Amino acid sequence: MTTSASTPPSAPRAAGHLRWSVGIGKYLALALFSLFFLIPLVWMISTSLKNAEELPLYPPIWIPDPIRWDNYVTAFREGSLGGYLWNTVVVTVPSVIGAVLSNAVIAYGFARIQWPGRDYVFAVVLATMILPDFVTFIPLYLIFRDLGWLNTYAPLILPIFLGSPFFIFLLRQFLMGLPAELTDAAHVDGASEILIFLRIIIPLATPALAVVALFQFIGSWNDYFGPLIYLSDNEKYTISLGIANMESAYGFSNFAWIMAATCISILPIILLFFFAQRTFIEGIALTGLKG
Amino acid sequence: MSAQTSTFRFSSPRDRRRLISGLLFISPWILGFLVFRVYPFLASLYYSFTFYPVLRSPRWLGLDNYINLFDDPRFLTSLWNSSYYALGAVPLGTLFGILLAMLLNMRVRGLSTFRTIFFLPSITPTVAAAIVWLWMFNPRSGVVNYLLSFAGIQGPAWLGDPQWAKAALILMSVWSVGNAVVIYLAALQDVPRELLEASSLDGASALRKIWHITLPMISPVILFNVIVGLIAAFQLFTQVHVMTDGRGSPADSTLMMSIYLYQSAFEFFKMGYASALAWILFLIIVIFTMVLFRVSGRYVYYGGR
Repeated sequence: MTTSASTPPSAPRAAGHLRWSVGIGKYLALALFSLFFLIPLVWMISTSLKNAEELPLYPPIWIPDPIRWDNYVTAFREGSLGGYLWNTVVVTVPSVIGAVLSNAVIAYGFARIQWPGRDYVFAVVLATMILPDFVTFIPLYLIFRDLGWLNTYAPLILPIFLGSPFFIFLLRQFLMGLPAELTDAAHVDGASEILIFLRIIIPLATPALAVVALFQFIGSWNDYFGPLIYLSDNEKYTISLGIANMESAYGFSNFAWIMAATCISILPIILLFFFAQRTFIEGIALTGLKG
Repeated sequence: MSAQTSTFRFSSPRDRRRLISGLLFISPWILGFLVFRVYPFLASLYYSFTFYPVLRSPRWLGLDNYINLFDDPRFLTSLWNSSYYALGAVPLGTLFGILLAMLLNMRVRGLSTFRTIFFLPSITPTVAAAIVWLWMFNPRSGVVNYLLSFAGIQGPAWLGDPQWAKAALILMSVWSVGNAVVIYLAALQDVPRELLEASSLDGASALRKIWHITLPMISPVILFNVIVGLIAAFQLFTQVHVMTDGRGSPADSTLMMSIYLYQSAFEFFKMGYASALAWILFLIIVIFTMVLFRVSGRYVYYGGR
């Protein structure tokens, strides 16, 4: 936070002037960048409220006249948006539950029980993080095909119940940070690991579990590749796949209500972000710093 | 990670009990590791040496798929496109990520508002972002060229022009740099203030402080972000699939390795060929990661650790 004291003491006369212009430059830069990040979002909302005739106009119109709220109704009627949303909930909710449960249990095994060979096995967990999904997806697809699970949600949900290296890593870091004294007494009293896990560790780990829940929610909600390869019926599509499908099926002249559908698809994520902003920011900072 | 916990000693019954309960707790991972990682990993290696039209069983081919790939102009194009994209998007994202985090780290009023503005695009669903940017890159009525016209620039056709399509994707990638900004900002806030103050007293300029103190102090985080960014860049899929209807158009100029992989597997049903492609993609990622670790060894500063 001392960066604004950027003037060397050897130039005291220029200091005040320089500090002032650094301040102006700072906010000017921030404002410009903010525009860059905001314009697409503003454009998305603006387009979602336009008439079809206003779409191709140049220069572009930012505030439509009249404002066509009914585009949002059209998105549900024409684009079967309601179905896509429901399907996405059906995939996302069990995925979040699965991610929290499995990764908590697994991370406990890596963080709070000292078994021989543990750290070697954990190194394997870390190594799997750089294994790209593109290497494994063909055999996985074939497994799910042979199980008869294509065009069901099982391939999108079930693997999550077996943990993911990134979440295991994140939770393990958190659980290792909890002092040993917390559980020492319970151990001495002969409490089982399961009891300690449920009664002592889980309540304390809630902030980290919230991070896992959030990330998994976003991951499942936004997922495109999984639904793309596993789902073939339009009625089963999740929101990302459904909207991409609308875009290629209806195209240019229907862009206004497609954009309305897009806005609705983002809304849960935005709401979640504003409700859990701190968890988000701290969670992301955690992922980077301990890496 | 203390050293003595990792040595194998099964002597005491207490150790054995711990081993059993430890393995029980991680058993979901063990199952997932075997079924969803090890098996597919080995199977795709095996398939990559076979002729495998999806409805029949694989037939051994030896190295043919790999040899054919390097005779396949579309594969070479995809290799070039993915490398072009990665080597454009990752440095640019790193630069902007650090720059924005540094801006936010300068006693800024409304810090959390700016941080939110920078961050929101990175949690926006990729499909939604792709549709919006597709629309904004429209050469005739798009916002991008409209804004450029204020600077007197006649914008290109972006996704309609093979010369500019990858540039459009790179520009779009900067939009979702917010995740990295948050990570860099957290790292910057951990740089010891005394160091910066001491060097100010010694008369160091702002640029010198950034170069000699701030950047070395956050270098492990930079390395982390560059590696994560590269891995993601080489797997770029969703944006391109949505914006070009899965084709990698125009004229294969956005045909990424992942897109060609997907086409080989699910449009041409050549599972063996696609697996060989996947393995090359994997090797590229591994090589880049190793090179980065090796090269960065001299520059990355790991504090007291």
